[in-house]
Amino acid sequence: MKTLRSPLGRVLGYGAAKEGTVSHWWLQRLTSAALVPLTVWFVYCLLTLPALDYATVVAWLSSTWSALLLILLVLTATRHSQLGVQVVIEDYITSHGLKTITLVLITFAHVVVAAAATFAILKVAFGGVR
Amino acid sequence: MRERPLSPHLSIYRMHRYTLLTSILNRFTGVILSVGLLMLAYWLLSIAGGPESYARASAILGLGISKLVFAGLLIAFVYHLVAGIRHLVWDTGRGLERAVAKRSAFIVAAVTVVLVLILGYLFIAAFVVGVHA
Repeated sequence: MKTLRSPLGRVLGYGAAKEGTVSHWWLQRLTSAALVPLTVWFVYCLLTLPALDYATVVAWLSSTWSALLLILLVLTATRHSQLGVQVVIEDYITSHGLKTITLVLITFAHVVVAAAATFAILKVAFGGVR
Repeated sequence: MRERPLSPHLSIYRMHRYTLLTSILNRFTGVILSVGLLMLAYWLLSIAGGPESYARASAILGLGISKLVFAGLLIAFVYHLVAGIRHLVWDTGRGLERAVAKRSAFIVAAVTVVLVLILGYLFIAAFVVGVHA
């Protein structure tokens, strides 16, 4: 016997992500399950709004349910997207430095999109555009 | 860093196989939808910016090229949704047998085509023909 370390102990942490994946895996599933009804609702809204002129869209976003569901959609979708793009980067970018920089930038971009979209929804919902 | 074992290279696999194609399409459509999320944020910010900024954004989003992008986003969304549900079923431990997985791959393709046709028709009726115009 050459080593006392178990086969599992020798490979742990040597995957592309350098760490465990259980919470990442679980959160990806959790967000995807939530996105099924949320995205279907959003597509339904786009199709059933009487028009897409400014007054109609503002009135739609001013309703509590629409604003709330849209915020949930934006936050869930950005988290789901960040988790997904992260894996793509981990899989395809082999240079450690470039991979780290790209992951940082992608994470920042997703947080900015989530914050900006949420702010926009709240501003309209609270009557900030009239 | 210690040398890591390499898995067999991509080129030895047959890409037209239902396993690989459905998997890479799910990843590809997911990345496209991430870009779609940017457009959603842009649209929402334009609403928050007032009537003038919404009019500017509507002009850009109403261009022919934007409509092509929307068509691509719709196809990506439908595929990612249907294939994602297949993944969620797999996560319960069901449907992983080769024959079942092959059948569900074709079901995903068929449902995607049908939903894209239905939703495409509804969106064209609403936005191009003019209920929304």
